Amino acid sequence: MAIALVATIASLALETWGSPQSTLALSLLVVVILIGAGIGLWRARVVEMTGMPELIALLHSFVGLAAVLVGWNGALDSSHVPDNFVDIHHGEVFIGVFIGAVTFTGSIVAYLKLSARISSRPLMLPGKNFLNVGALVAFVGLTAWYVVVPDIWLLVAVTVLALLLGWHLVASIGGGDMPVVVSMLNSYSGWAAAAAGFLLNNNLLIVTGALVGSSGAYLSYIMCRAMNRSFISVIAGGFGIEKPASSDDEEVGEIQEIDAASVAEMLSSANSVIITPGYGMAVAQAQYPVAELTQQLIAKGVTVRFGIHPVAGRLPGHMNVLLAEAKVPYDIVLEMDEVNDDFSSTDVVLVVGANDTCNPAAAEDPGSPIAGMPVLHVWESSKVIVFKRSMSSGYAGVQNPLFFRENAFMLFGDAKERVEDIIKAL
Amino acid sequence: MTQLGIVNEGDGETRVSATPETVGKLLALGYDVVVEKGAGSRSSCPDDQYEKAGARLVTRKVAWSSQIVMKVNAPTDDEIALLAPKTTLISLLTPALRPDLLDALAKRGVTAIALDAVPRISRAQSMDVLSSMANLAGYRAVIESAHEFGRLFTGQVTAAGKVPPAKVLVAGAGVAGLAAIGAASSMGAIVRATDPRPEVADQVRSIGGDYVAVEVEEQMTSSDGYAKATSEAYDRRAAEIYSEQARDVDIIITTALIPGRPAPKLLTAADVASMRPGSVIVDMAAGMGGNVAGSVAGKRIITDNGVVILGYTDLAGRLPQQASQLFGTNMLNLLKLLTPEKDGQLTIDFDDVVQRSVTVVQDGAVTWPPPPVQVSAAPTAGPTPVIEPKQSRQMSPLRKGILIGIGLAILFAVSAFAPEPLPQNFLVLMLSVVVGFYVIGKVHHALHTPLMSVTNAISGIVVVGAVLQLASPYLAVQILAAVGVLLASINIFGGFAVTRRMLKMFSKGSNR
Repeated sequence: MAIALVATIASLALETWGSPQSTLALSLLVVVILIGAGIGLWRARVVEMTGMPELIALLHSFVGLAAVLVGWNGALDSSHVPDNFVDIHHGEVFIGVFIGAVTFTGSIVAYLKLSARISSRPLMLPGKNFLNVGALVAFVGLTAWYVVVPDIWLLVAVTVLALLLGWHLVASIGGGDMPVVVSMLNSYSGWAAAAAGFLLNNNLLIVTGALVGSSGAYLSYIMCRAMNRSFISVIAGGFGIEKPASSDDEEVGEIQEIDAASVAEMLSSANSVIITPGYGMAVAQAQYPVAELTQQLIAKGVTVRFGIHPVAGRLPGHMNVLLAEAKVPYDIVLEMDEVNDDFSSTDVVLVVGANDTCNPAAAEDPGSPIAGMPVLHVWESSKVIVFKRSMSSGYAGVQNPLFFRENAFMLFGDAKERVEDIIKAL
Repeated sequence: MTQLGIVNEGDGETRVSATPETVGKLLALGYDVVVEKGAGSRSSCPDDQYEKAGARLVTRKVAWSSQIVMKVNAPTDDEIALLAPKTTLISLLTPALRPDLLDALAKRGVTAIALDAVPRISRAQSMDVLSSMANLAGYRAVIESAHEFGRLFTGQVTAAGKVPPAKVLVAGAGVAGLAAIGAASSMGAIVRATDPRPEVADQVRSIGGDYVAVEVEEQMTSSDGYAKATSEAYDRRAAEIYSEQARDVDIIITTALIPGRPAPKLLTAADVASMRPGSVIVDMAAGMGGNVAGSVAGKRIITDNGVVILGYTDLAGRLPQQASQLFGTNMLNLLKLLTPEKDGQLTIDFDDVVQRSVTVVQDGAVTWPPPPVQVSAAPTAGPTPVIEPKQSRQMSPLRKGILIGIGLAILFAVSAFAPEPLPQNFLVLMLSVVVGFYVIGKVHHALHTPLMSVTNAISGIVVVGAVLQLASPYLAVQILAAVGVLLASINIFGGFAVTRRMLKMFSKGSNR
C-alpha cells in the first residue's frame, strides 16, 4: 500500500510539474497527509480496546465521506473524460457518491449508537422497507436522469437521498446486530473505494476496494449465520418486526440474588469454571479483573475456560481482543462450538455481561423471536452466576428465562466492581 | 407492636420454631419476639442466647397469648384452647390429612398458616420446610441404618480378607431420597434408586446413585413437583423390581410419599422375609402408613429372619440443632413474605399463590384447599401451539444457479457492449471479489476484529483517488480533494496503527 501511495504521489508530481496548480497541490497534499496521519495515529494510540467498535465505525465514515468527495470532484472536473465515455462516467459518479454517502451517514449513526450517544433501540418508521426500496428506486431514476441531463442539482439530490438512506438503514437496526452492521459498513466502504476506482479508471482502487468489499460482505454473512438470521433481514432492520408469540407470559418466575462473597466460595470449591463474557464486560471494562480472577482460580487448581459466542460484543471477535488485551492465555479462550458440550460437566458458569447469547429460549421456545439462534448452553451447568446491571432485557429485547432458572443466581451491579469484590473475597 | 411468640413444643419434639439467630432477624422485621422459657433447650439453644439476641423470656401463658404464635408441630387440643381469637398460628398442620384440626382452629376463630402447604415453586423454595426437613431426614436415615447395620458401607481389601461394599436401595428420589443417596454413596456404599418419575434419573446419577428404571409404557411427568399415584401395570412391574432388589441389597430406605394420601406399599412381607439376616430397612414414610409391610411408626422392629425395620418419624428431629436452624430460617422467610413493609404488621395477600396456599384457616373460616398451582416446567401434553422453529436459511441450489447465471450474463453484457476501459475494470472487480471471499474464510474467528480494522485501513486506499484529483486545474476540486485526502489518511494511519496494537496483544508472551 505504501508503494501504491508513493507511486500515486510521484505520478501526481510528475503530471503537475510546472503547471500553475502544482505548488498548491503538492503543498496541500503534504499538509493534509501530515494532519491526517497525526490525528489517525493519535486516536489509534489512545483508544480503549472497549471503544474499538466506535473507532472503526467512525473510520468507516471517513472513507465514505472521502468517496463522496471524490465522486463530486469527478463530476466537477470531467475534462479528461473521452466523449464516448461521458454517459458511463456520469453513472459512475452517481454510484460512487451514492455508496459513499450511505457509508458515511450509516457509519456516523453506528458510531453514535455504539458510543451510546443515541439510543441503540431500532428506529421504527412506518413502512420502513418501503422507504428503503423507494430510496433505491429514486436513486436509479435520478441516475438515469443525470446521464441524460447532467445538472448539478441532481447530484445534490442524490447525495442528500443517499445520506438519508444511510442514516435510516442503520438507525433501524438494533444494537444487538451491530457486529453485522459494522462489518457491513466495512464492506460498503470497500465498495465505495471500488466505485471511485471505476470513476478514475484506476485498477488499484478497484482491486483493493473489491477485496475489502467482498471480505466485509462475507464476514457479515458468517455472522448472520452464527445468529441464524438472514442477511437481508438484518440489513432491513431485523428484530421486533414480528411480535414474539409468547410475549404474554413475560415473567416466568422469581430470580435469586447472590453476593460476591458467596460467589467466591462457590468458585473456590468448584472443579471447573467457564466464563462467558458479553458486551457488558466491554462496557464495564471488566476484562482486567476477569483476567485476574482467572489467574487466581487457575492458581487454586480450578480449570477455567472462556466460552465466546460468535456475536458477543459489538464487533466480530470483540471479546477475543479484550481478553487478549488483559493477557488471558488464548488457549483457554474457546469458541461456542468447542465449549457447548462441556457445560453439563461444569460446576460454575460466570455470565459476565452477556444476555441474548445465552438465552435458553433460543434453544427451547420455538415461539421466541431468537428461536434457532445458536446460544451458549450455560444453563446445563450446575450453577450459573449472571453479572448484570439490572433486569432489563438484552439488545434483542427478549426476556431471558435463564435468570429465573433454579440454578441461576443474579449478581447485580457493575461487572468490574463485582468481579473485584469476588477477588477480594477469594 | 405485634407480639410474636415462640412456644415450647410438647414431648418427643426436639426442634424449636426459631433459633437465637433467626430471632434477631424477626426483630428486624418489626416484631416483638417473646420466647417461652426452655423452648430451645433440646436444640442446644439455651434461654440466655435468646435473650442476648433481643427476645423476651416469658411464661407459657404469655407466649401462647401472642398475636402470632410460631410452632413446629400442629397444636394439640389443649394448646388450641390457649389461643386467643384473631391469633395467627404458624406451624406444620398437614391440612390434607387433618380436617378435624382445621375445623377446631376455625372454631377458635384464629388464622392458621400451614408451613407444609407451601407450593413447590422456585420462589417458595426458601420457605419449603418439607424440603429442608426431608433433606436432613434422608441423611439421618442413612446414619440410623449404618448404626443398625453390622458391617462397613465401603468395600475394603485388608490383610484379614476382603470386605464387600454394602448395597443400598433408596425408594423414591425426592429431596429425602436424594439426600440419602448422597450420604450413602459418600460413605462408600453401592446405591441404587427407584422413582416413578423418569426425569429424576439424571439427578440420581449426579450424586452417585444408579437409577433403576421401571420399564412400562406410560410415563409420569409431574405438574406440581410431587410424585403421583401410579398405574396398575406400573405397580406390577415395580413390585417385581422391589422383590428382586430385596433379595440382593443390604439396606433399603423408603421415602415414597404421595401428598394427601397414605403412603404406597412398596415392600411386602414376603419381600422383607427374603432379605438376608442383619439387613436394615428404614421406612421414612412410617408416619403416613408406611412403605414397608410390618413397619411401625416410631418403633424399631426386628423380624423373624433378623431384619431390622426402623419406622422413626422424627429423623429430622434427631439432628435438632440444624433442623431448628433450617426450620427457623424457613419460618423467617415466610414471615418476610408476609411482612412486606418490615413494620411488624402481618398481612396476607390472597392474590399471591404462596400466601394463598399456606393460609388454611382465615379468621375462623377454613380456606383449604387452595386453587391448584402449576409449577413444574415439565412438558404438558396439552395443546400447546407448535410453532415451526426457524430453520437456518440456505439458498436452494436452483436459486444459487440462477444467481450465478445472472452474474455471468451481466459480466458478458458489460464486456460486449461497454466501451473500454469498463470491461477490463469489471473483470478486475470480479476477480478481486473472489479473492476477498477466500481470504476471509481462512481467518480465525478470534482475529476478526483486527481483520476488520485492517480491511478498514485498506479501504482508505480511496485516498489515491483524491490524490489524483489534487492535480485538477479547478480550485474547488482541489480543496474538496484535499479534504478527501485528509479524511482518508486519518483512516489509513489510524487503522493500521490500531491493528498493530491489537495484533501485538495476540502474540503470546509479548512483554508490552
